[in-house]
Amino acid sequence: MDHSATTAVDPAVVEAMLPYFSEKFGNPSSLYAIGRQARRAIEDSRQKIADLLGARKEEIIFTGSGTESDNLAIKGIAYKNRKKGDHIITSSIEHHAVLRTCKFLETQGFSVTYLPVNKEGTVNPADVEKAITPKTILISVMHANNEIGTIQPIEEIGKIAKEKNVPFHTDAVQTAGKLPLNVESLGVDLLSISAHKMYGPKGVGALYIRKGTFLEPQLHGGGHERNIRSSTENVPGIIGFARAAELARERLLQEQKIAGLRDSLIKGVLEIKDSYLNGHPTKRLPNNANFRFSFIEGESLLLNLDMKGVAASTGSACSSTSLEPSHVLLAIGLKPEEAHGSLRLTRGLGNTQEDVDQVVSVLPDIVNKLRMISPLAR
Amino acid sequence: MTDGYSEKVMEHFASPRNVGEIKDADGIGKVGNPVCGDLMWIYIKVKDNRLEDVKFKTFGCGAAIATSSMITEMAKGKTIEEALKITRSDVAEALDGLPPIKMHCSNLAADGLHAAIKDYLEKSGKK
Repeated sequence: MDHSATTAVDPAVVEAMLPYFSEKFGNPSSLYAIGRQARRAIEDSRQKIADLLGARKEEIIFTGSGTESDNLAIKGIAYKNRKKGDHIITSSIEHHAVLRTCKFLETQGFSVTYLPVNKEGTVNPADVEKAITPKTILISVMHANNEIGTIQPIEEIGKIAKEKNVPFHTDAVQTAGKLPLNVESLGVDLLSISAHKMYGPKGVGALYIRKGTFLEPQLHGGGHERNIRSSTENVPGIIGFARAAELARERLLQEQKIAGLRDSLIKGVLEIKDSYLNGHPTKRLPNNANFRFSFIEGESLLLNLDMKGVAASTGSACSSTSLEPSHVLLAIGLKPEEAHGSLRLTRGLGNTQEDVDQVVSVLPDIVNKLRMISPLAR
Repeated sequence: MTDGYSEKVMEHFASPRNVGEIKDADGIGKVGNPVCGDLMWIYIKVKDNRLEDVKFKTFGCGAAIATSSMITEMAKGKTIEEALKITRSDVAEALDGLPPIKMHCSNLAADGLHAAIKDYLEKSGKK
């Protein structure tokens, strides 16, 4: 149950992609038949991605990943508007693709405000408003957090951004295909998504850019993607992304219903003594549950779950290469030792009530076993 | 995730030896820090200059638990002098190696044992 990390490619997506590796291998920039065929396929795909977001086809740019979309949105706006101002507002719980891009821009002379979140992981729109200065050129707040699942009040922030005339970007990598997305009602000018989180292939993402919002390209070359992102198009990837988007739209209602599985998991796990839910109790991704267990460490939990056939993820430093506990868990006010004891379970389409029951049945013994070993549990 | 761990590490992690406290321990070594994600308490019982019993309690990752378990096996029955010679790399080696990133942060067991012996020597007035 670690589907926020990535998902398997839907067989229907693979089927849609396959011809574009072989008989339909044309370069969309070529003017002869198979080139034109690839060009048409890309433009159809662009429409399908636009449909998922309630956007117009010409507002979608294909990229190589969600990370690239985030980078393009933030650096693109920053460099384009340097003469207007140098201030960026973001949150302290963004994905590293946003946070580290902002950190980089700080080294380039930009200044960044990292907004705090409350203990449920929510950004306060009033804080956004207060942070805006005449020098502010971009607001970037994620739609839902990848670790704790908290959904941000994007509509409210969007209204503020519009009022103050500041471009607004949201990283929707975790929500695309899980929540209905509409760029108009969200009030965003830029929105990043990625294919591999929604049963599409890895190596392809998209950036929605509202008509009238201008970016400095970050890849220069042959002028692909309206001169914003040069690179020969990843035709099979884009076709697969579009098919995944179509299927995701059809599944949206089902995704909402599946939130019931998440709630049953949360209820079952919280029966364990000294266990807590991280993130917002209701405003959270329909597939995300994130817990913390006092006195024990997350990697040990993961290894034990793995031995029982359950894949999960943790915010503990011990399972990362950085040796730092998750910045998100620290931002919601957890002590480092509490952050070390966190466990993220993210349900996917293949998961059933039986999977939930299995986790709920094996977890108490694992937690007890580790607490027996732990000097912190007394 | 388990790719980085040897079979021996996983075996000790899955069935750790000598877990628990020694109620009337002759020495206790407490090393690590919960902030960093690893905390290790090693208990020793000494008789005729030998480690008659060694037990542990650990909060930490797979490597922290496996090294704790391993050192109890390595130290039991050894003389104080022999036990003091057990190094971090001896523990890692006995476990068929540790992932590089774990060598520093979680490989605390030798330190824990040495701290327990130091505690014993101080308490018994031998130092």
